[in-house]
Amino acid sequence: MSEKKMVKFIITRKDNADSSSYKEEFEVPYRPNINVISALMEIQRNPVNAKGEKTTPVAWEMNCLEEVCGACSMVINGKPRQSCTALVDKLEQPIRLEPMATFPVVRDLQVDRSRMFGALKKVKAWIPIDGTYDLGPGPRMPETKRQWAYELSKCMTCGVCLEACPNVNDKSEFIGPAPLSQVRLFNAHPTGEMNKGERLNSLMGDGGLASCGNSQNCVQSCPKGIPLTTSIAALNRDTAFQSFKNFFGSDND
Amino acid sequence: MTMSRDFVNRRLHSLLGVIPLGVFLIQHLTVNHFATRSEEAFNAAAHFMESLPYRYVLELVVIFLPLIFHGIYGVYISFQAKNNVSRYGYYRNFMFLLQRITGIITLIFVTWHVWETRVQAMLGAEVNYKMMESIFENPLMIAFYLVGVLSAVFHFSNGLWSFFVSWGITVTPRSQQICTYVTMAIFVALSIVSVRTILAFI
Repeated sequence: MSEKKMVKFIITRKDNADSSSYKEEFEVPYRPNINVISALMEIQRNPVNAKGEKTTPVAWEMNCLEEVCGACSMVINGKPRQSCTALVDKLEQPIRLEPMATFPVVRDLQVDRSRMFGALKKVKAWIPIDGTYDLGPGPRMPETKRQWAYELSKCMTCGVCLEACPNVNDKSEFIGPAPLSQVRLFNAHPTGEMNKGERLNSLMGDGGLASCGNSQNCVQSCPKGIPLTTSIAALNRDTAFQSFKNFFGSDND
Repeated sequence: MTMSRDFVNRRLHSLLGVIPLGVFLIQHLTVNHFATRSEEAFNAAAHFMESLPYRYVLELVVIFLPLIFHGIYGVYISFQAKNNVSRYGYYRNFMFLLQRITGIITLIFVTWHVWETRVQAMLGAEVNYKMMESIFENPLMIAFYLVGVLSAVFHFSNGLWSFFVSWGITVTPRSQQICTYVTMAIFVALSIVSVRTILAFI
């Protein structure tokens, strides 16, 4: 065979945040073990579409290239996932690439995930240990707890769970599954636990935990296999107790 | 600290769907099931319910107030979702969509049903076996009642599953899985009860 094998892409593009989106087809020469990102890089090198017309290179985000940073998430053949681990050999062709439209699209496949980072601040997903003097070593963490908490710590704020969730949309304030699960992570930490009540109360705010409708798409979609729905149910229990404490009063926290 | 209205409303919505509305639904289906015995048995059971003490208070507190809140807030919740079953065809996502569809159907059906029975009773009609029999003379009404009642039963059963999650009772995937089996068994059981009752009037 003299003719080179080509990989066909249909990419949903958008020139800037305010313009409307359109589809453009590309054909990229096949190489063994090529992934979606290397194909996009090929388009970047030679920005010519399938009709042979010169076009602008497709914009997308990437960083770690090993599925731990979450930056290169996009909708590939209908499912949101990281483009770095999307191997062409395992994808049905033509490969359809779309931006995760739950987020504001900056350009082409590049989206603005700021809302997720805003949500992490809102739910206080950190452990406050800064002080004016050395607080000494923190309490120890039981090994069994460390093991499941470690799974939660794999969250890379990639946005796939928000994209998959039917309740995260422009009609709702819902912050989405990822920041919820982070509350469970930081509440599980022996030092973080000291601020458990604050985080739970933030979850009881508008757009918080209660906006979950239990479609459980998040846990099916999470590329890191984080037990998001277990986190949500566990937090449902914790907030139930917290709301009782708030209303009826309690000496704890 | 403040619990937002969102949080309180959502939890209240979940609770009211089971207590008292779910309890009332089972009681209502059970009383109606007397129709499978005989016309007299049904009329006696209906009469017993009618003659409960402080009936209006019971109706208001156990049925109408929770129903109005659950119904109106439920419509708000339904229309907030952007359903995506075609893209994410998972079982739970499908149930999520069905829960919303059956909720809307149930609301329409119940509104009609209240108008046709309770409101008519207030206007002087007698609610008894004969009344249902005459309603079911129209085959379209039989279909409407079948769809409405089965929707209500499904909405209750699947809502019970969500209730257990929303209140943090079933946390592990395993407990949620078993809860799915149990609630679907409840759906089947209540469906048999309600379909048998409807057929008894025909």
